[in-house]
Amino acid sequence: MSETKFTLDYQRREIPSKARNAGLVFTALGLLIVVISYIVNPERTAFNSIIGSSFLLSIGLLSLFLIALEYLAGAVWSVVFRRITEFLSTVIFVVPILAIPFLLNINSVFHWTHTDTVAKDAILSHKSPYLNTTFFFARLTFMFLIWWLFYFIFTRNSKKQDSTFDQALTKRNARFGAVFMPLFAVTITIAAIDWLMSLEPHWFSTIFGVYYFSGSLLAALAATTFAAVRMADLDLFGIKIKSDHYYSLGALMFAFTNFWAYIAFSQFMLIWYANLPEETFWFMNRWEGSWKYITLGLIVFRFIVPYILILSQPSKKDPKRLKLAAIWILFTHYYDLYWLVMPNYSKSGIAFSWYELGYPLLCIGILLLVFTMRAKGNNLLPVGDPKLKRSIDFHL
Amino acid sequence: MMERKDLYSITALFDTPDEIVNAVESVQREGYTKYDVNTPYPVHGLDIKMKLNPSKLGYFALVFGLTGTITALFFMWWSMSKDYPLVIGGKPFFALPAFIPVTFELTVLLASIGTVLTMLFFYFRLPNLSHPLHDTDYMRSVSNDKFGISIEAGDSLFEKDRVNKLFERLGAKTIGEIYFDEEEKSKKPKIFEPKFIIFLLLTALIISGASYFTLNKMLYMAPFNWMVTQEKDTPQSHSKFFADGFGMRNPVPGTVARGAMPYIFKGQPDLAGEKLVNPFNPDEKTLAIGKKKFNIYCSPCHGNFAKGDARLNGQFPNPPSLHSDKVRNWSDGRIFAVITEGQNIMPSYAQQLTADERWAVILYVRALQRAVNAREDDLK
Ligand code: HEC
Repeated sequence: MSETKFTLDYQRREIPSKARNAGLVFTALGLLIVVISYIVNPERTAFNSIIGSSFLLSIGLLSLFLIALEYLAGAVWSVVFRRITEFLSTVIFVVPILAIPFLLNINSVFHWTHTDTVAKDAILSHKSPYLNTTFFFARLTFMFLIWWLFYFIFTRNSKKQDSTFDQALTKRNARFGAVFMPLFAVTITIAAIDWLMSLEPHWFSTIFGVYYFSGSLLAALAATTFAAVRMADLDLFGIKIKSDHYYSLGALMFAFTNFWAYIAFSQFMLIWYANLPEETFWFMNRWEGSWKYITLGLIVFRFIVPYILILSQPSKKDPKRLKLAAIWILFTHYYDLYWLVMPNYSKSGIAFSWYELGYPLLCIGILLLVFTMRAKGNNLLPVGDPKLKRSIDFHL
Repeated sequence: MMERKDLYSITALFDTPDEIVNAVESVQREGYTKYDVNTPYPVHGLDIKMKLNPSKLGYFALVFGLTGTITALFFMWWSMSKDYPLVIGGKPFFALPAFIPVTFELTVLLASIGTVLTMLFFYFRLPNLSHPLHDTDYMRSVSNDKFGISIEAGDSLFEKDRVNKLFERLGAKTIGEIYFDEEEKSKKPKIFEPKFIIFLLLTALIISGASYFTLNKMLYMAPFNWMVTQEKDTPQSHSKFFADGFGMRNPVPGTVARGAMPYIFKGQPDLAGEKLVNPFNPDEKTLAIGKKKFNIYCSPCHGNFAKGDARLNGQFPNPPSLHSDKVRNWSDGRIFAVITEGQNIMPSYAQQLTADERWAVILYVRALQRAVNAREDDLK
C-alpha cells in the first residue's frame, strides 16, 4: 500500500471573544473576593485555596494524563479532541499562584508543621520523616517541575507536527508518555497526600491517592467534554463531530463515575468494617452536625445523579445531555473537594458564605482565560497528526 | 421416502464490504424486509443501512440486574435481621455497607446470565437448534472471506426472477438457493430426544456424585483431613502436654470471669437475706425478662402463678406456694439464696440464670405475690 499523506483542508477558526471576556469578568470578580476574604480571614481563605488549587490541578494534571494516555494507547478517536486537553493542561502553571494563600499559611492549615505538637504525638512523630516542612516544599517543587517538563515536551512536539507532518513526533511523544506514566502515578499520589490527606495527619488510608485520581479524571473528562460540545456548537473544529465521538466521551464519564463510586465506597467500607479509631475518626468528622448532609449529598450528587443522567446509550450520544452532565460533574468535583477540606476548618458544621465563592469563580475564570489564550493562534485540530483522518472518520 | 423441498431464500455472495453495503442499500430500496446479511467480521454502519431497530437486550439486562439487586437486599435483610438475627463484628443487623458487595455481585451475575439466556431463547430461538442457512456452502463462505446477503422466500415482495435479477445487477459473484431441509424440519428438537435426556441425567448424576464424594468423603480422607485431625486438645481428651494429663484447664486461682460475681454466702441463706440487696427496679424491661425466665425455669414446678400447682403431674413433689407469708416477708436476698443454692430437693439455678436474671425473676415473683395479695390502696 502506498503512503498517501493526508492533508486536511483546514481553515483555522477563532474562538469568539465572548468566552475570553467572560473569563476576564469571572477572574476579576473571583480575585476580588479572594483578596478581600484573605484580608478579613486568612485562615479560612487558606482552606478555600486548597480546594481551588486542587480543583484546577485536577483538570490540568489529568488533561496531561489524557494526552499521555492517548499517545501510549495509540488511541484514535480522541485525536480530534487532543488540542482541548493540551489547552486545558496549561492551567498547571496557574495552580501554584492559586495555592499561595495556603502555602503562606501552612502553619494554620497543617498541624503537622508545629514541631512541638509533633514531638508529643507518637503517630505524628512517626510520620515526621515524611511530613515536615522542608520535605513538603521539596516535593512540591519536584512535582511541578516534572509536570511542567512533560507539558512542554508533549505540547511542543504536537505543535511542531502541525507544520512538519513528521510522524516520528507521535512516536517520540508515546515514548515520553511511557516515562511520564509512572512519574505521574507517584506525583499525583504525593499531591493528594500532601495537600488533602495531611490536613488530618493522624489518618490512615492507603487508597486516598486513587480516590483523588478517580475524581480528578472525571473532572478532566468533564472539562474536555464541555469544551468539545461548546466548540462543536460554534462549529469551531471545521469538521463534523460524530455521535460516536460523543459516545466515547460519555462512556468514559460514565465509567469513571462508577470508578469513583467504587473507590469511594471501598475506602469507606474497609474503614467502617475494621472499625479502628485511628481510621474511623475521619468519617466521624464528616458525620458530625450538618456535615452529615454534605456527606449524604456527595453520594447522591456525585454518583446517583450522573449515573442516571448518562446511563442510557442515546443520552451518551446527545451533546446537550453531555454538556449538562459535564457541568454537573465539574460542580460535584468541587463539592467533593469541599467535603474533603472544609470539615477541618469548621468541625461542628457546614461553613458556607461569601468566602467560599471566590475560588469557584476564579477557577471558572482562569479555565476560560487560559483556554482562550492558548487557543489564539493555535490550530484547534492537530492537523499534522497521522491519526487525524482516522479520528475524524471514527466509527464505533 | 420422497424428498420434498421448500425454498427458504436466495443468497448472493460479494467480495468486499463496500459491495455488501451497496447491496443492502439496493435491497432496502426495493422494499424487501425479510432479509439478512452475513459477514466474516462486523461491518461498520451496516445496522444503520439495514434500518435495524436498536437492540432491546439492554432492557432485559436492566430488569434482570434489578431483580438481582432486590433479591440480594431482600434476602440479606430477611435472613440477617429478621429471621435469624446474628451480631457480627458488632455491626447492626441490617449492615448495609457490608451487604453492598454481595448486592453488586448478584446484580451483575443475574444481569449477565439473564442477558445470555434471553439471547439464546429470543434471538437464537432455543430450543430450535438448526437454521436453514446452517451447513451450507453459503455459510462456509461468509464465515471465511465472503460477504453474503440472503432474501427470504417469506418476504411479501419475493419473486424468484426479480431477486435473481437484482443480485445479478449488483454484480454478485455467486447466487444460490437455500432449501429447508424437510428431514430436519420434521425432526423434534434434539433436546427432547431420549438420548439427550439420558445424557443430561447421567451428567447430573456424575456431577452430584462427584460433589457428594468430595464434600462428604474425600475431605475426611488422608491428605485432605487437615481440619478434622488437628494437633490440639479437645474437651475430655488426654493431654500429653500438661503434667496432670488433663486437656481441660481450671482457671487461674483467684481470678473471676468477666461479668461474674463470686457468691460468698454459701450455706448461709439468712446472712445472704440480710446483706444482699436487689440492684434493679421493677420496671417494664426487667419484669419482662423476669417473666420470661420464670416461665422457663420456675413454672414447671411452682406453676405459672407460683401457687405451687406444678405442671409435672406428680412426677416431682409439689413445691410450696410462693404466696406464703414466709416467702412474702423474706427479703429479696433470701430468695436469691434459694435460687442460687437450691433448697432441699429444689436444685440450684445458678448455672441457668445469671445473677442479674435471678434478681429479675425475684422482681417478677414479687409482682405475682402482689397480684394475689393486693394491698388496700392498689384497688383505688
Ligand atoms: C424442679 C422443680 C423446681 C423448680 C424448677 C424450682 N423450684 Fe423452687 N422449690 C421446689 C421445691 C420442691 C421447693 C421446696 C423445697 C423444700 O422442701 O424446702 C422449692 C422451694 C422454693 C422456694 C422456697 C419456698 C419456701 O417456702 O421455702 C423458693 C423461694 C423457690 N423455690 C423459688 C424458685 C424459683 C424462683 C425458681 C425458678 C428459678 C424455682 N424455685 C424453681 C422446686 C422447684
